[in-house]
Amino acid sequence: MTALTQPGPPSGAGPAPVLTARPRPGEAVIKACLMTAAAASVLVTAGILFAVVEPALEFFSRVPAGEFFTSDTDSPYAVYPLIVGTLLTTAIALTVAVPIGLGAAMYLSEYASKRARKWLKPTVELLAGVPSVVYGFFGVFFVIPVVLQGWLGLGISAYNPLGGGLVLGVMIIPTVASLAEDSLSAVPLALRQGSLAMGANRMQTTLRVVFPAALSGIAASAVLGISRAVGETMIVLMVCGSIKNMSLNPGEGHETMTGTIARTALGESPVESTEYKYLFAVALLLFAITFVMNMVSIAIVRRFRQAY
Amino acid sequence: MSSAATTAAAVTTSTLASGRSQDRDLRSLAFLGALWFSLFFGVAVLFALIVDTAISGAPRFDSALFTQYTQTFDPERAEALAATGRDPKDLSAAYTGFRSGIVGSIILMITTALLAIPLGVSAAVYLEEFASKTSRFSKVVEVNLQNLAAVPAVIYGMLAATLMAVVGVQRGIAIGGAVALALLILPVVIITTREALRSVPDEIRQGSLALGATVWQTTWRQTLPSAVPGISTGTILGLSRAIGEAAPLVMIGFGAINFAPEFPFVTSKIEAFPLEIFNAASDSKEVVQQAASAGIIVLLAMILGMNAVAIIIRNKFQRSW
Repeated sequence: MTALTQPGPPSGAGPAPVLTARPRPGEAVIKACLMTAAAASVLVTAGILFAVVEPALEFFSRVPAGEFFTSDTDSPYAVYPLIVGTLLTTAIALTVAVPIGLGAAMYLSEYASKRARKWLKPTVELLAGVPSVVYGFFGVFFVIPVVLQGWLGLGISAYNPLGGGLVLGVMIIPTVASLAEDSLSAVPLALRQGSLAMGANRMQTTLRVVFPAALSGIAASAVLGISRAVGETMIVLMVCGSIKNMSLNPGEGHETMTGTIARTALGESPVESTEYKYLFAVALLLFAITFVMNMVSIAIVRRFRQAY
Repeated sequence: MSSAATTAAAVTTSTLASGRSQDRDLRSLAFLGALWFSLFFGVAVLFALIVDTAISGAPRFDSALFTQYTQTFDPERAEALAATGRDPKDLSAAYTGFRSGIVGSIILMITTALLAIPLGVSAAVYLEEFASKTSRFSKVVEVNLQNLAAVPAVIYGMLAATLMAVVGVQRGIAIGGAVALALLILPVVIITTREALRSVPDEIRQGSLALGATVWQTTWRQTLPSAVPGISTGTILGLSRAIGEAAPLVMIGFGAINFAPEFPFVTSKIEAFPLEIFNAASDSKEVVQQAASAGIIVLLAMILGMNAVAIIIRNKFQRSW
């Protein structure tokens, strides 16, 4: 029965109707085309690696690694100050996005009626649709001068990771909220019913039963939030400043990893110059960081899905 | 959203209908208040952003915003302007428009859609309808897609720039930007299409197969048409993300263009709207920043409009089986 190797119906659709099957070359061609499309996504990853690794290696063949992995802010190729800038921005963004995203997720999953959620969820997700250039503009012309320097009277510089992180945090609220809501919703109903039957109210049920049960998924949402924050470019380019700085004060200007990449690309450096190759070395580090974060997030999600 | 969650919420609500008084102590109310705050904080920020930007851009809501190209200081025109009694320094404000950016972004969006939708839908159809769920290939592609969805946008720009260099085309042309944006939104299109296909019940497929249709005929004539609302919602959301994205285009070498793109548009050098706004926002002249504010409102109107269409399609046309 060679016909059994024919493309089967989707899982759950029962066995394929092999008895009437006759050779259909067209079907095989279509299947091959569709498979190529699916395989293309793997090619994209391979392409990214090639596009970043090749010029990065070229950079390291021209510049000793010691000039790259250094905290010396005078070195034109120092990467540690950029990491400090990125870490500060990310930490502030997460301080905003995790509590607020989690709160929104708890409301959507535990309190909202089906009807309300249908409209509330897209409203929260709208924040992710606003272009990062717009957030950057808002950070430079409103959050830093009006809110931080004006209303709060902070003596901070005109461009800094504090303002950048706050704006970035608002942008990644939906990323955190959406994954956290999925994990809260995945908690079995029996746990809630048990809690309610013991006389707990909705707050107690949410905080003491549903939240601990969904903790791994919530952790995954925070990790994905870190990945988003580290990779965001236009906001940090516009808001965080352009000074290589090792200080941990978020009120001072800091250059970040993505900021350097975009600034170099916008600048006058020729594509073949060492300055331009430098941005690929930074990009390789950036890709490695986000790749690890994404994999951690995916692994956590897999694990908690298997639990229920 | 899983149906289990929906049921859970319904049951939780009805269970509590009788014992609601338990929810009324001070701490519960404070907790509920905090949740409400979380839910509406983002919307409040968005509202403040729109109001603040609209106020600072108010003097520039004129037709020049759409019809004019970005102007640099031109002495001849400055003299002509001075003759009419206006401050020549206002020249760039009076004549700065985003025509090249708006035209460029529309070209980019159409090209991006033409690249991303066929590729994304084909990949999703293969993964949902043809591939075995347990095969190693499916698992690798799945993890790969989840990772690609969170790869920084600038890196897609680097990939497209490298592809352009390999093919040997000029930097800054439309097709390069469209490739970067299409690859950027590809994971979104694939993931949402798969969700839409998954929500089509198996009975439809079984019925079609039982009548003698092949797997492809079933997909093309039954499953895909039923999934169209879900696919269009995901695609529109992906495209609205693409139109606002500036970071990858920086890597492609998009620059200031003050002329109409030539036919065929895909090989013409173009400017992108968000990038033009970025340049105007970085300008030291206040009048140009004003134009940037007005441009942001136009860009937001385009994007929020697309989001609204996507939400309406999702809520009105999606069938619940």
